[in-house]
Amino acid sequence: MAEAILSVSDIHKSFGALKASDGISLDLFPGEIHALIGPNGAGKSTLIKQIAGGLKPDSGRVHFCGQDVTTLNVPERARMGLARTFQISALAMSFTVLENVMLGCVGEARGVFSFFRPVMTHPGLLKRAHAALDRVALRDFADVTTSELSHGQRRQLEVAVALTLNPTAFLMDEPMAGLGAEGSKALTDLLAELKQEAPILLVEHDMDAVFALADRISVLVYGKIIATGSVDDIRSNADVRSAYLGEEDEA
Amino acid sequence: MTTILFFEQLLNGLQFGVMLFLMAAGLTLIFGVMGLINLAHGSLYMVGAFAAAAVAGWTGSFALALVASLAAAAMFGAIIELTIIRRLYARDHLDQVLATFALILIFSEATRWVFGSFPLFLNVPDALSGTVMLPGGIQYSLYRLTIIVIGLIVAAGLFLLISKTRVGMRIRAGENDREMIGALGVDISVLYTLVFALGAALAGLSGALVGAIQSVEVGMGEPVLILAFVVIVIGGIGSIKGALAGAILVGVTDTMGRTLLPILFGTFMEASSATAVGSALASMAIYILMAGVLLYKPTGLFGEA
Amino acid sequence: MLPERLLNAVILLTLLAVPLAALALDEPFIITLATKVTILALAGVGLNLALGQGGLVSFGHAAYFGLGGYAMGILASHAQSFTPLMEVPFLIEGTKSMPVIWITAIIVSSLAALLIGALSLRTSGVYFIMVTLAFGQMFYYFAISWPAYGGEDGLSIYVRNGFPGLNTLVPIQFFGICFVLLCVVLFFVSRLNRSAFGLALDGAHQHSERALTVGININRVRLVAFVISGGITGLAGALFADLNRFVSPTMFSWHTSGEIMIFIILGGVARICGPIAGAAAYIILEHYLGDVSEYWQVYLGFILLFVVLFAKGGIVGALTGSRGKAHG
Repeated sequence: MAEAILSVSDIHKSFGALKASDGISLDLFPGEIHALIGPNGAGKSTLIKQIAGGLKPDSGRVHFCGQDVTTLNVPERARMGLARTFQISALAMSFTVLENVMLGCVGEARGVFSFFRPVMTHPGLLKRAHAALDRVALRDFADVTTSELSHGQRRQLEVAVALTLNPTAFLMDEPMAGLGAEGSKALTDLLAELKQEAPILLVEHDMDAVFALADRISVLVYGKIIATGSVDDIRSNADVRSAYLGEEDEA
Repeated sequence: MTTILFFEQLLNGLQFGVMLFLMAAGLTLIFGVMGLINLAHGSLYMVGAFAAAAVAGWTGSFALALVASLAAAAMFGAIIELTIIRRLYARDHLDQVLATFALILIFSEATRWVFGSFPLFLNVPDALSGTVMLPGGIQYSLYRLTIIVIGLIVAAGLFLLISKTRVGMRIRAGENDREMIGALGVDISVLYTLVFALGAALAGLSGALVGAIQSVEVGMGEPVLILAFVVIVIGGIGSIKGALAGAILVGVTDTMGRTLLPILFGTFMEASSATAVGSALASMAIYILMAGVLLYKPTGLFGEA
Repeated sequence: MLPERLLNAVILLTLLAVPLAALALDEPFIITLATKVTILALAGVGLNLALGQGGLVSFGHAAYFGLGGYAMGILASHAQSFTPLMEVPFLIEGTKSMPVIWITAIIVSSLAALLIGALSLRTSGVYFIMVTLAFGQMFYYFAISWPAYGGEDGLSIYVRNGFPGLNTLVPIQFFGICFVLLCVVLFFVSRLNRSAFGLALDGAHQHSERALTVGININRVRLVAFVISGGITGLAGALFADLNRFVSPTMFSWHTSGEIMIFIILGGVARICGPIAGAAAYIILEHYLGDVSEYWQVYLGFILLFVVLFAKGGIVGALTGSRGKAHG
């Protein structure tokens, strides 16, 4: 098997008495979608934050692209190509759609400290930005103010911003949240396409999407991964059924 | 430098710290419960001092003057809370800063209009004038000692109020979850007015107590307000314990710095320049202390991460 | 309702036309008022970069304004007494040359902004306001208790500093210098707002998490903005001291910080020409209400309350009919 692009080894993180991450290990290999599922409060967001760099684990390491990134912060990991999307759209709402994508291009190009040249007419960055918008079919909305976008369009824009980072891996936190059947289908198709370029660690509640998309699934319950395997493995795993799938209605 | 002078200055620092605590406690409570930064807190301090000076002038009673300072500051606090401050809870900090800065302008000019530009004087009552002999042979002002005691009593009272009473429970709930407390059927807007008036009363009391040591004049609250901010940054916002620790730290550092630094520099410099350098550095001491705390723990000594 | 670009042109042309008309009518006092507006607007433009574009509510910009003022005062006082500033390890002499004074003012205030910014930016929100306010006040107390340059009484400079080829004591010529400097800084700031840096600064203001996850080190971006902001306000301080031929600790006072903020809120937060409109409104109010009543700041207080509570866009917002956003 190829070497993992992203790997988490034996991560621990506690908040007081609560063990949010209790010895989690996880790998993401090239070309795969690895879904992370688990009931609410299982510690998914804590884990995502530790992978993205917003939270330091108490112990354990995070490796990305063969490098130990445990002590790197969010922007440093982002510049290595770790592209994250958020559960609640994290966009500059009074920016236009194009400006949001350009922000990503500026970050990727490490071109922040350019003070005099107008950024919105920079041909190289614009080309990149338009290409990203094309991928998510938002080119026609480039000049629309982001706050005027529909919920589904905002989700697409999130992915477009992630694409500007020239990603080596995606970290997607419930990209389907709040999407209708049609939007969900369109995004599912896009993700299936994207995984060829960079593998995706996908946190998702929409089980149909997970079972349709995921190559592997890990199940997180009370800060521990209780099972990792293919879709069929997970579907037939008794522990998972009792711990999680049985509670799916509540989750 | 005698030991007696040292302890005397230490007590002065403690007294100053206790005064700062009365200011900082109100500010930090108002921020903790309502999320509001109130620059006009210094104006309420001034209101308390003026009310006390006016009432002492009419009646000659220091006790009545203190009651008047509490009542006037609480009343003005409640009035501005009901008319203006409550419109600011949902606003960003910039709006809060500017609106409460506007209130300072209004309070200061209105006070100048009513009382004129000359300072008023509030005398230390006869019963509290003079000095007492403390263990160790230290002669110390009875009035300053009384301030320390009053301050510590108020601090103890606040801790009890917040940790043991129903109102305190509501205040703590308000800090944690505004919606929940609304859902519990507590009338949150009444609670907010009460908390604001309580903070105002503490500021007013502090103004009246200090007014008997210094002169009572327009603008007297502003330096104290800024020191109270330093206290809060050091102690951690929203924490009464932090306010107390920060206040005493700032009070003692400032007072001791002003006495000790010129003497310290005098050991290796000639007298006049030692005084100049020493007092200039002393004026910066608490800010350097604040910078140190920011480097060590940006959320303050007792603040949450 | 006017487009903002047109309004900006109108604001700048008015600022230029008023002193020219005053020159024709032989009203030198009006020229001095217009110069004051220009200089205070420049201070506001500096703060607006941090506060409007960057969302960094600094309540301590008087520090940079005062440092700029004292840079002028100290250099000019040594020049007028013919004593060098220092002789070891190398000789520094005073100067009466405006360009040298400006550069010194910008460097000194930027360095202070770098130090204060690095400490203050470890915090955010209400802490940031309190910390910047406190550090600003530190300079105030230091200026009062440091006797070498006048202490509490301040420092008088008898003759306005010089600029090659101009007679700076002629009011309209000094106005011209200030106006050109304001235009240069406005040009620089408007380019900056449209640059990659401006996009990153605004992006970090609107959604810090977003800016971080695209690889932008927002602390560094904010610190650089804070330093530029402090430098501009420092330049304004040097000019203000030259206008009055006097510096005193009042320039460091937190009321000065508050006033610079008031220019911005009256004019319109994050509007490029907002501080000009705001400073003009402030000076007009001070001048006319000051005639009406000794207690004119009561009225200022009520006007400020009204603008904050009900008219957030300020003058520029009201005239363009939009709440606008930071760039464009």
